[in-house]
Amino acid sequence: MNAIVEPPKAAPDIVPEDGIRLTPEELKRRRSRSVAIALALGALVLLFYIVTIVKIGGNLLQDGGGLM
Amino acid sequence: MAYSDVHKSGRAVAREGVNMGSARDYIALLKPRVMSLVVFTALVGIAVAPGHINPVLGAAALIAIAVGAGAAGALNMWFDSDIDRLMRRTAPRPIPAGRLEPGDALGLGLVLAVASVTFLGLVINWVAAGLLAFTIFFYVVIYTMWLKRSTSQNIVIGGAAGALPPVIGWAAVTGTVSIESLALFLIIFLWTPPHFWALSLYRSDDYARAGVPMLPVVSGAAATKRQILIYAVVLAVVAATLPPLLHFATAAYGVIAGALGVLFIWLAWQVYRMPESDTEMKPARRLFAYSMLYLFLLFAILLVEGGFRGWMA
Repeated sequence: MNAIVEPPKAAPDIVPEDGIRLTPEELKRRRSRSVAIALALGALVLLFYIVTIVKIGGNLLQDGGGLM
Repeated sequence: MAYSDVHKSGRAVAREGVNMGSARDYIALLKPRVMSLVVFTALVGIAVAPGHINPVLGAAALIAIAVGAGAAGALNMWFDSDIDRLMRRTAPRPIPAGRLEPGDALGLGLVLAVASVTFLGLVINWVAAGLLAFTIFFYVVIYTMWLKRSTSQNIVIGGAAGALPPVIGWAAVTGTVSIESLALFLIIFLWTPPHFWALSLYRSDDYARAGVPMLPVVSGAAATKRQILIYAVVLAVVAATLPPLLHFATAAYGVIAGALGVLFIWLAWQVYRMPESDTEMKPARRLFAYSMLYLFLLFAILLVEGGFRGWMA
């Protein structure tokens, strides 16, 4: 008995024919850029947070905590 | 930039439409070594200034100044990418090496320039922010775009940009520009020509190939050596006397700065006596290396003394 074996389907190609396929080296460099951007944005959030706390804290001390 | 030109030189690593820059390349655009000197001299401006700044805000000011310096470096690399590829020292930079497009440097430089000045103005004060904006403008427009390619006095006048960071640091604390901060400016301003001319003596072929009218290319080695010696003498005297006379450094600083200055003059004298036939130019290389140590030591002493005064207050 011969089973009918269907030929394996080709994996869907998400990169168009005329698109650019990144080489492993190019992917590595893109990853390093992404990590650097993430770190820079994280550092920026931290910096703004700390500076805001310091500025608000200084103002609160100056006007007696705003409670008087 | 035409990548094809770079391909022909065998240094290309990028394909059309693919950003081949790594994080390291973008950091290189900010000239981290120059940035470290800027941060250090600005820190000294903050430390010796009268008055008090919250350490966190002081650190924030330094970050803004560092980013502003980085922005100026990126804009310099954007504009100079054509001549950078012609010089040995600058050819490995990300743009001439073909890993980044000039537009990448332009975009990064403009964004960081606006961000750093705005941040410094909002968090510290607008005098310091204005000075930072002026520094970036002077370095990019006056020095890079105009003076560098048009006059042999390029780094004399352009050196003002590199001399401003301690003035910005001082202004971050006091909100003003004073005679003391201008003395710090003057020390770096006088230090810049002998520092760069020592380098340009043994790299004059590079500058000539790129068409940059550095003093040795335009006026010759003899005139450059004479100018180095004159600047060395004036620098040594000013650096040793002005800070104590203006009472923001002690007599001990004056003595040490005087001794360091004598060594600077002696090395400049060795350069002056260097024969025309000397192609290795070891004295010039020695002076270039020592000039960096000299400025670092002067400002380190000022930093220690300023920090000590602040601690005692």
